[in-house]
Amino acid sequence: MRAFTQHQGLVAPMDRSNVDTDMIIPKQFLKSIKRTGFGPNLFDELRYLDEGKPDQDSSQRPLNPDFVLNQPRYKGASVLLARSNFGCGSSREHAPWALDDYGFRVIIAPSFADIFYNNCFKNGLLPIVLEEKIVDQLFEEAEVSEGYQLTVDLEAKTVITPSGESFGFDVDDFRRHCLLNGLDDIGVTLEDAELIKSYENQRRKTAPWLFGAGQ
Amino acid sequence: MAGKTLYDKLWDDHVVKQREDGSALIYIDRQLLHEVTSPQAFEGLRLANRKPWRIDANLATPDHNVPTTDRAKGIEGIVDPVSRIQVETLGKNCDEFGILEFKIMDQRQGIVHVIGPEQGATLPGMTIVCGDSHTSTHGAFGCLAHGIGTSEVEHVLATQCLVQQKMKNMLVKVNGTLGKGVTAKDVVLAIIGKIGTAGGTGHAIEFGGEAIQNMSMEGRMTVCNMAIEAGARVGMVAVDGTTIDYVKGRPFAPTGEAWDAAVKYWRTLHSDLDAKFDKIVELDGSEIMPQVSWGTSPEMVADVTGNVPDPAKEEDPIKREGIERALKYMGLEANQAITDIKLDRVFIGSCTNSRIEDLREAAAVVKGRKVSASLKQAMVVPGSGLVKAQAEEEGLDRIFLEAGLEWRDPGCSMCLAMNADKLGQGEHCASTSNRNFEGRQGFGGRTHLVSPAMAAAAAITGHFVDVRELLN
Ligand code: SF4
Repeated sequence: MRAFTQHQGLVAPMDRSNVDTDMIIPKQFLKSIKRTGFGPNLFDELRYLDEGKPDQDSSQRPLNPDFVLNQPRYKGASVLLARSNFGCGSSREHAPWALDDYGFRVIIAPSFADIFYNNCFKNGLLPIVLEEKIVDQLFEEAEVSEGYQLTVDLEAKTVITPSGESFGFDVDDFRRHCLLNGLDDIGVTLEDAELIKSYENQRRKTAPWLFGAGQ
Repeated sequence: MAGKTLYDKLWDDHVVKQREDGSALIYIDRQLLHEVTSPQAFEGLRLANRKPWRIDANLATPDHNVPTTDRAKGIEGIVDPVSRIQVETLGKNCDEFGILEFKIMDQRQGIVHVIGPEQGATLPGMTIVCGDSHTSTHGAFGCLAHGIGTSEVEHVLATQCLVQQKMKNMLVKVNGTLGKGVTAKDVVLAIIGKIGTAGGTGHAIEFGGEAIQNMSMEGRMTVCNMAIEAGARVGMVAVDGTTIDYVKGRPFAPTGEAWDAAVKYWRTLHSDLDAKFDKIVELDGSEIMPQVSWGTSPEMVADVTGNVPDPAKEEDPIKREGIERALKYMGLEANQAITDIKLDRVFIGSCTNSRIEDLREAAAVVKGRKVSASLKQAMVVPGSGLVKAQAEEEGLDRIFLEAGLEWRDPGCSMCLAMNADKLGQGEHCASTSNRNFEGRQGFGGRTHLVSPAMAAAAAITGHFVDVRELLN
């Protein structure tokens, strides 16, 4: 997995709460059996005026000029500023894959849906929860000043604005450790293979009905 | 020391390792696999040269984009090439790794959350995961069950474990007895209407109270199914006699001595009397009316006797804007009576409501009646091949067909419109599924979530109607 230590990037403010996973990547694009290539269909229904279909050349489609990511000033954005309950809806990991494929590395919001929040870490994306009033402030600054960038330091757990103002955020130590080192979750777990085996052997004795049924 | 909640017990029984940072390695007893969220997990295993840890813990079936007509053709009958590739890929992966799969032509095929319980592959006390957020359904059996993402599917395949943070405990208590014509679906929609789609975030919800205790297993599954729409990944109901009776005799259920030992353990799977919950919400079941969702979020529900809300009366500007946006998308007027909403299609199916009792409930309403001529389509999609066979044995298919509803083959179907079954732009659909997000059932489609009985009633009248009027 790609490691994440520090990131500085252009901020795109998406002023809408409860952005669900259907909005992030509509289901007609979920049929791929790969993990990449979802970027052109990120926010498809908001981003384009026509109905998106799989295997289409998205560069030829009519863009919705009102949608934030279509505004030239936000081209190349890698930090998504969002509202509360971002990523609600389904457990599909295609949502972080699409955000990642588009080029986002960080998402900042007052709150995230649980599953989505988890899925971000597993894919090298950093979701950051900041207080509503701080998010409001960042929205204001990002909208007012063109080219507004934020710096995110995962080591120090801070978000730093262009004026040097710094906001701390919380992140689970284990997730932070894995993200900082680009550690794959499975590898970390398999270090405990012996423990898993002994748990399993114990269970075979105390709850034998849980074993062997699916063959 | 305070007693334990059901969730605490399930959690404690599955901790393999407590990590210093508060997370834990949790052992997973059962993983259900389907064609949409598994291909990249198998791809990942292969890329890293890893093998599944425990093959017999997995059970697979294609459901999300199998066609619901012309099934005799099997995989060849899947017109959309991408859908076909996914279904084929699941088959190849299961064959390669030796995982049991109910393939498209198998009578046991169906929606994962229907077939797990049906087969007894869902047993009380298990930890169950699936790459689908409605895995909470299985919590009805006193299981710790939740949806996971594709990386986690791969993680469970490779290690039989998941890294989890313990959630908080929440109790949703539905007291009293439900009125006639009021079903488990109305109960869960009313709960979501009350606590909102973020009401359970970060919590494992246990549903309890008299109304839940009196529900059948299928009703409890409907309630737990939509825990995720209330923001909670996990929904649960304590094990009781109803649970144990339901499990008994199912193909994967234990027998003989193992059965007796299992039952003894299962009987302990309830919250202790002195257990502490972080949050408790109570509802009076006798006050719950048949529900209809009017908006684009499952919390946007109203009693069938009520009206669409008026955004002008909402003080919170964010909520007001949300209502306005939803009304615009749904093509509804503020204050419009729910019963004035006209429908284009009716869909009875999905992992929320496609089990035999759901079909019986719908059939009882349409029996001897005809679907309104104003509808473009009304269809019934059973949750599994076995549900279909059972319904046909009971003659429910005849009742539906005579009334003018279509009788389909099992799958997710119009719940998420990944196969050919979808809504046209602007069309209103009375649907027994669980999500009414914009475009969920087709681009521009307008979903109204209801119970099977309410959907059936709406099919007859062509608009919403209080099903209790038709039941007399
Ligand atoms: S029926 Fe709908 S909600 Fe249930 S598993 Fe299928 S797509 Fe998901």
